[in-house]
Amino acid sequence: MAKIIVVTSGKGGVGKTTTSAAFGAGLALKGFRTVVVDFDIGLRNLDLIMGCERRVVYDFINVIQGDANLNQALIKTKQLDNLYILPASQTKDKDALTQEGVEGILNGLKETFDYIICDSPAGIERGAYFAMYFADEAIIVTNPEVSSVRDSDRILGILASKSRRAVENLEPVKEHLVLARYSPKRVIDGDMLSVDDVKDLLDIPLLGAVPESESVLLASNRGIPVILDGKSDAGDAYSDAVSRFLGEDLPHRFLHYQKKGFFGRLFGS
Amino acid sequence: MRLLDYFRTSKRRDSASKAKERLQVIIAHGRSGRNSPDYFPQLKIELLAVIKKYTHADMDDIKVSLEREGNYEILELNVTLPSSK
Repeated sequence: MAKIIVVTSGKGGVGKTTTSAAFGAGLALKGFRTVVVDFDIGLRNLDLIMGCERRVVYDFINVIQGDANLNQALIKTKQLDNLYILPASQTKDKDALTQEGVEGILNGLKETFDYIICDSPAGIERGAYFAMYFADEAIIVTNPEVSSVRDSDRILGILASKSRRAVENLEPVKEHLVLARYSPKRVIDGDMLSVDDVKDLLDIPLLGAVPESESVLLASNRGIPVILDGKSDAGDAYSDAVSRFLGEDLPHRFLHYQKKGFFGRLFGS
Repeated sequence: MRLLDYFRTSKRRDSASKAKERLQVIIAHGRSGRNSPDYFPQLKIELLAVIKKYTHADMDDIKVSLEREGNYEILELNVTLPSSK
């Protein structure tokens, strides 16, 4: 049975698209047929993060409006044969997204894919609403920072009351937390909310903390999901998070500050 | 400079705990609103209008809350009347 996962946060700039790309690639690496769908109508960026921007011909709205079929709009990523993206449209027409249209596309994707990852735009407008409406599971991306935590809690409230599962009284959307841009050093210094603080506040299970890392910017520069960078701590953190998402019980590797030893300080990055 | 930093770290800055405290309050407040029915804000306004007809109470003097205890819902109305002089 295909699963629909929404990656959402409320606040912008916290790492939703990075997380969507990482989870897409991570699930594809595990052998699942995976598609990442960009719901940020008018401001598409997933194609750029995943290195597909020059191959966009048709988009989400073209399919809804019947100008193209789903297979024409889907783009296979260069890195993985079983990973596809469905780009968002650059239209400024906010009403182009309709409930029937989105449902039709998701039903079409369910026939081919094991996992459908919906990359939500920031905010709680139409795009964000439709990205979460049909979700079976939700990955809440949060930064250890007051406005991001508060917005995440708002989004949890919306998932619990406005999603299809809530409206139709089904089993609730399964929630997961990804804490991005985490800096264990700043936590030690008392300058940053800790993983436990955020877990206490939001009260949802943690898939992983992703350390603040320059490799995230480098990966986006190159258009390759950071999880495919074999030497990145952020990539490793995402890879662990994907395994936990699939039910593996792994110890958390990036929660605590490790003081660099003498050689680390001399030669480490 | 480095050496000074080393000694300074013994005095832990603690903006993070302040952040947590503030979030606990604001999130709890947000969640209580989330579970209350849609008519709740309007109910508050109308109750206030009735009470104001007879007293000089202010919006701040009136607290309306809805508590859930098992199968019951308790609507609590608390009005602090201004001293009548």
